[in-house]
Amino acid sequence: MSNLTAYEKVAAARGNKRPMGGYFIKNMIDNFVELHGDRRFGDDGAIVAGVGFLNGEPVTVIAMERGDTIEERIKRHFGCPTPEGYRKALRLMKNAEKFNRPIICFIGSSGAYCGIDAEERGQGEAIAENLYEMMGIKAPIISVIVGEGGSGGALALGVGNRVCMLENSVYSVISPEGCATILWKDATKASDAADVLKLTAQDLKEFDVIEKIVDEKDLTNEEICDNLKKYIYEEIKELKKMSTKELLDQRYEKFRKIGR
Amino acid sequence: MSLKDFFKGLFGKDSQEPRICKKCNEEIKYSDLKANHIICPKCNAYMRMNAFERLEAICDAETFSPVDEELTSNNIINFPEYDEKLEKAKKATGLNEAVVCGTCSIGGKKTAIFVMDSAFMMASMGSVVGEKITRLFEKATTEKLPVVGFVTSGGARMQEGIISLMQMAKVSGAVKRHNDAGLLYIPVLTDPTTGGITASFGMLGDIILAEPKALIGFAGARVIEQTTGEKLPKGFQRAEFLLEHGFIDAIVDRKDLKDTLSNLLAIHAKA
Repeated sequence: MSNLTAYEKVAAARGNKRPMGGYFIKNMIDNFVELHGDRRFGDDGAIVAGVGFLNGEPVTVIAMERGDTIEERIKRHFGCPTPEGYRKALRLMKNAEKFNRPIICFIGSSGAYCGIDAEERGQGEAIAENLYEMMGIKAPIISVIVGEGGSGGALALGVGNRVCMLENSVYSVISPEGCATILWKDATKASDAADVLKLTAQDLKEFDVIEKIVDEKDLTNEEICDNLKKYIYEEIKELKKMSTKELLDQRYEKFRKIGR
Repeated sequence: MSLKDFFKGLFGKDSQEPRICKKCNEEIKYSDLKANHIICPKCNAYMRMNAFERLEAICDAETFSPVDEELTSNNIINFPEYDEKLEKAKKATGLNEAVVCGTCSIGGKKTAIFVMDSAFMMASMGSVVGEKITRLFEKATTEKLPVVGFVTSGGARMQEGIISLMQMAKVSGAVKRHNDAGLLYIPVLTDPTTGGITASFGMLGDIILAEPKALIGFAGARVIEQTTGEKLPKGFQRAEFLLEHGFIDAIVDRKDLKDTLSNLLAIHAKA
């Protein structure tokens, strides 16, 4: 385990070179076919989604992606999903349910896209709909926080039977900068805010919000990806043994017990 | 228990004091305000109702029965200044938390009801708010009752960190199970409804009502302005804006809310 402070982990999670959803799809999923569009309004570049095989097991994958180059980042608006992104995700989760295919979600984004157009097209409604529908999807769901898990915009892909985090990823109700601004009227105190928010993978494991931390220390991206792949594959095998009722009850109870 | 008995003793401060309208800055006599549905008689601004006023305006007389009123929040992540904030909110409102839950009749139809009170830490949702609303939906599902919810909130409660974020998923799950049992849920969005509440049970009703001019949105208007540099259109994130964009069913004047709810509950009552 690394000895990074909470805010160093925030920086690591946001790191310019840190692999995001697209990397894990490329290195984990065979014969991946990307599927586009929400069938309502548009196609959101911040969500990459599609179907493929994980160790021969057909899966649906939904991933937040910010892109590598500046051009790509602008096109994908820095990985902040629009309502269309969340609606595309839900459309493909319903498709996965129809074909009884496990769903893997990769989460890494500072939050839902913030803009007039996003509000006009119902950003809040799109996130709410995902939380609600994901509770009833009759297929196993595994959510993995790989970067910054930014509030409701991250949770909108986070209602899984299993939720796991990479060691240096973070998951928070508000950004440390936002918290510091509210608390001390000073965004430069973000480091202190990161401590009080308890947003590291270790904190979340302690609160029983996540089941698993995937190690990063002294490992290459390839090794991390391999370990994560093993974990996901084993969990899918376990979850597939459950009846539909057991699967849905387990997911409901997982969140039901938080703050009971 | 009658509504009056329930609230007796809860109200530390005299709710009969005059109030100042934030829009026109006029001081209004409480009796005048009460007679006008807590709407400013000078400028017609909708002033924020507390939980007591809302329940009294909506529930049939002597029918409200509270549940889980004793639940109070703990400082679960040891967040700075949270204990003090909770104490202050309790004192100011006479409530134990930002939501009051219970059962009542509306137009003779028995229903589960929750009312959020923005005077309690902007009615932000921590674990107790999430737990109380979840329990109410679970109770309504077991007892086959509709749910009417008066929604107002600044969003998830920062002071409870990730635990508060998870309440969005928890409550949404309970709303879904209530829905899957074939039961009606009507949220009434009041000023202001923002952040994680818009992004969960605020937007999950069979029928979504709102009060005129209520602020309803996900991202904060100032944040959007600062992030995008765009000038916000007139009436942005007001109830009328949401109606125009297809995200709510109807805007209902406060004086008509009880009749509208009674009517909708009767129309959805099962034979």
